[in-house]
Amino acid sequence: MGKKILLEHINVPGIETYDVYRKQGGYTAVEKAIKTMSPEGVVEEVKKAGVRGRGGAGFPMGMKWSFLAKPEGVPRYLVCNADESEPGTFKDHYLMKNIPHLLIEGMIVSSYALGANKSFIYVRGELMYVIRILEKAIAEAKAAGFLGKNILGSGYDLELIVHPGGGAYICGEETALLESLEGKRGNPRNKPPFPAVKGLYQCPTVVNNVESIATAAWIINNGGDAYAAIGIGRSSGTKLISASGHIKKPGVYEIELGVPVEEFLYSDEWCGGIRDGHHLKALVAGGSSVPILPANLITKLANGEPRLMTYESLSDGGFQTGTMLGSGGFIVFDETACVVRNTWNFSRFYHHESCGQCSPCREGTGWMEKVLHRIEHGHGSMHDIDLLVDVAKKIEGNTICPLGDAAAWPVASAIRHFRDEFEWHITHPAEATQPGAVFKGEMALV
Amino acid sequence: MEDIKPQLVKVTIDGIEVEVEPGTTILQAARKIGGNVAPPAMCYYQPLKGSGGKCRACLVRVAAGSAKDPRPMPKLVASCITPVQDGMIVENSTNEQVLTTRKAIVEFLLINHPLDCPVCDQAGECDLQNFAFNHGMATTRYEEERRTFEKKDIGPYIQLHMTRCILCYRCVYTADQITQKRVHGVLGRGDASEISTYIEKAVDNDFSGNVIDVCPVGALTDKTYRFKNRVWFTKPVDAHRDCPTCSGKTTVWYRGDEVIRVTARKNEWNEVTEFICNTCRFEKKKTSDWVIEGPTKISRSSVISANKYRGDLIKPDFQRKLAAATYTHVDDERDTSQLGIQQLTPERFAPVLPHANDPEP
Repeated sequence: MGKKILLEHINVPGIETYDVYRKQGGYTAVEKAIKTMSPEGVVEEVKKAGVRGRGGAGFPMGMKWSFLAKPEGVPRYLVCNADESEPGTFKDHYLMKNIPHLLIEGMIVSSYALGANKSFIYVRGELMYVIRILEKAIAEAKAAGFLGKNILGSGYDLELIVHPGGGAYICGEETALLESLEGKRGNPRNKPPFPAVKGLYQCPTVVNNVESIATAAWIINNGGDAYAAIGIGRSSGTKLISASGHIKKPGVYEIELGVPVEEFLYSDEWCGGIRDGHHLKALVAGGSSVPILPANLITKLANGEPRLMTYESLSDGGFQTGTMLGSGGFIVFDETACVVRNTWNFSRFYHHESCGQCSPCREGTGWMEKVLHRIEHGHGSMHDIDLLVDVAKKIEGNTICPLGDAAAWPVASAIRHFRDEFEWHITHPAEATQPGAVFKGEMALV
Repeated sequence: MEDIKPQLVKVTIDGIEVEVEPGTTILQAARKIGGNVAPPAMCYYQPLKGSGGKCRACLVRVAAGSAKDPRPMPKLVASCITPVQDGMIVENSTNEQVLTTRKAIVEFLLINHPLDCPVCDQAGECDLQNFAFNHGMATTRYEEERRTFEKKDIGPYIQLHMTRCILCYRCVYTADQITQKRVHGVLGRGDASEISTYIEKAVDNDFSGNVIDVCPVGALTDKTYRFKNRVWFTKPVDAHRDCPTCSGKTTVWYRGDEVIRVTARKNEWNEVTEFICNTCRFEKKKTSDWVIEGPTKISRSSVISANKYRGDLIKPDFQRKLAAATYTHVDDERDTSQLGIQQLTPERFAPVLPHANDPEP
């Protein structure tokens, strides 16, 4: 059950080739858009669809498009952010690897809507084989007349360029991505100006996530209203979820937004439940940067209603009892997972990936990692816990880009919900440093 | 003579209204008011295009965005890169959150900074020292090992001491904008980022020495001056020479009657006004090389300006209470002008000019 938009044809053999993709109704959106619609009309449909950015921030894609400045005589660019590097998120990788033409079709439709004649796909550098898949698909699309000069005789030209990243998480931040694309060091820019005004090469630019752009083809074929009818309220459409951790069936799933978290977790259609003989302890719902939640808070809202897989429901209760949908990296922990060790691990990642440009993030991420390392290895003291909370608070909101927030939230939330576990590590260093040792205190297991 | 003036915009900072040209940043508007209203800046450097936004020392709260849209801004903003709007209301030293954040920034900058001020050439004219004194805590919560770097040789004139660097990027912008070719930059990432040159190439350029002046800390120091003196024992005078390469307008630093250092001239915000060439800086160390103009007006951020660090003269903010509580005041009645006259030939130099921070006689 559940409507599939992006992964509808995922199991068709040979879907990665142009011929099969075309037979399954591929590139009809390009034909429809270019032959029968104006660029403004395409933007209007996407706005109606209400699709929200799938990269993590959840900003409405149509609105982002309508903010694009359109000065005369200045080129505009569309850049696809395929630098997916968030721990626990692997949906874009899956999509590009299996149905590359879906992204390319989306890119053509979106570029047409924005009036871009040169568009870029910035792919995470580690995924060289995906880059080759995309380049092959682009060559096929070009041979079929969907790319290049005078597409379908309309007079519209589009060149699509795949660019490999240099292997930095920070280049997934849109302005760092643009710097990197320009051939510079991937440091995020100060905003404003936003990319919609001054982006790539100081020209108006839209940066969208792979999954967001891939929805454009379906929206054009079926209409924005049809898309908006899927899902609940402002969380319209479907979302790819990368499910990982202690579940029976890890993988990438497409869900209609609005599925209850509990159902997603335990239904055989999706995650299939926690591995046998174990219980849910904690869950990270949207990739490593969003707050971790304990079992009792992730399935139910504070008022006892079931929590749903939507932007609004997951963030219900703010950071006190809620989290975020983020990029859809659904990481499940059972009772054998140590929250302190996991927090240290996340923290180590953000320390390693901080660009080093602004002081709170450069210094703060390293500090938090070192303190967490100390606690994990049995050398912590009680005031370290409050120190971590304070350092996280001082980083949050004071940095140039959201990486600072992303580094602070996992630490702050882990302490907020699992403070007793941190304390146990400090009061029982000998036990806590045993291999595989996990706090067995009171906690709400579901 | 006065033709069409751009419409000025009104902005209120810490309750003081000021009129500035559109496009002015909050920081520049605050500097126009001066004193304690001006936020500290560790990375922003007015003469260098594109600098700022990195250190977060100048974060302020915008209580009202503009007259048209008086909503407050959700986060603190970097005042050095945020342009003012008409009717904007800004809180700097009057806002507790701003001051708490500033305290945190000092702490962040200091956790990996070696506290080797006693042997650092920058001591006494160090922006980080001043920033820490004005906004920092008397204690540290950092127990971990500090980050260190191996020493690198970047040529005969400039000493790079990377461990002290706070990654303000000023020297990178200087090399980009003042010299013909930049051969150094930031390598690595996060707290492992370092200022370095490509395969340790020497920084060799007529204007390379300016990176020393723009460096807010002791990461880039003058090898010809290294370990020779403490800045508070020196006496700066404005001087010039006929230089074919640069303007030749410099500050010449004396100890006794010996020229021990030459730097570019700086304004009251510690910013170089005219960049100078390496010949002026490193090779003209005789009084006969220079036409002396007179004593340099001493920057408020210099310890040469007497009583800089007297607790009761630090402008009021809640840091002051802490500083006052832990500081034993030693009544120092020495007159700096006397200090200067004793060291220098009396006829040539007038006494040090009084400074705005000096107490009323």
